[in-house]
Amino acid sequence: MKTKKTKKWYDYLWIASTLYLILGFFNILFAWLGLLCFFIPLMISIIKGTKTYCNKYCGRGQLFELLGGRFGLSRRKDIPRWMKSKAFRYGFLIFFFAMFFIMLWNTYLVFAEINELKQAVTLLWTFKLPWHWAYHGTLFSPGVAQFAFGFYSIMLTSTVLGIVTMALFKPRSWCVYCPMGTMTQLICKTKNKYVTKSLNK
Amino acid sequence: MKKRKAVITESECVACGCCVKVCPKKAISVFKGMYAEVNTDLCIGCGACMKECPASVISVEVFEYEDKEN
Repeated sequence: MKTKKTKKWYDYLWIASTLYLILGFFNILFAWLGLLCFFIPLMISIIKGTKTYCNKYCGRGQLFELLGGRFGLSRRKDIPRWMKSKAFRYGFLIFFFAMFFIMLWNTYLVFAEINELKQAVTLLWTFKLPWHWAYHGTLFSPGVAQFAFGFYSIMLTSTVLGIVTMALFKPRSWCVYCPMGTMTQLICKTKNKYVTKSLNK
Repeated sequence: MKKRKAVITESECVACGCCVKVCPKKAISVFKGMYAEVNTDLCIGCGACMKECPASVISVEVFEYEDKEN
C-alpha cells in the first residue's frame, strides 16, 4: 500500500515553521514574518477560491504531521464530536479574532505612547512569560516590537494548543479548529456558492 | 461484486487536505476549498484517508457493484 512519493519543495515548509518559532526566541521582530501565514491563505482563498494553503503549503500542519505521525507523538484517537461542530469552530474563530483585536489595540496604545512596551509573551491568553532577551530595540516605535510580542504570543499559543490536540487526538487535529482554516473554508464556501458539485466520476 | 470505497461526510469536512496527501491512488481531492470528494473509480477502499482524517469524517463502506459488463 505504501507508494513512494516524490517530495516537492513545499513539503519542507515545516522547517520554516520551526525556524519561525526558534527565531522569535532570539529576536522578537522576526514574529512579523508570521503575517505571511495570515495573508497567503487569505489571498489564495479570496483570489482562487481554494484551500491550497492548508492542502499544500501549511508548514504548521506538516510539523504536526511529522511529530504526531512519523515520531508517533499522537494517540491517533477520534476528536470529540463537539470539537468538530460548527458552533465550536466558528466560536473559536470569533474568540481568536477578539484576542487578535485586543492585541492590535495594545499595539496601538504603545504606538500612541499611552502605554509602555511590555517585553513579555502571553501564553494561552493568560500566562505572561518573560521574553526580554529577545528584544534588542527597534528603529522606529516600540509599537513595532509590541506587535511582534503580541503576534508571537498568538503563534506560540496556537502551536501549544495544536501540540496538545495532536497528542490527544489525530496528528493534525489543529486543522479542525484552526481559525485560518475555518475562515478560508468560509470564504471558499461563499465564493463557490453557485458552483455546481463536480459530478462524481 | 463487492467493493470497499471511502465515503465522506461532506458537511463536517474541514477541507484540510490530509486525506489527499495519504491517498496512494490520487483518488481523493478537495473540491473548491469546501470539502473532500472521492473518485470512486480510483478508490480502492484501503482506508488510509480514514485513518488520517483529523476530523474523522471518512468511513470505508462496502458497495455492491454489477459484475463486469464488457
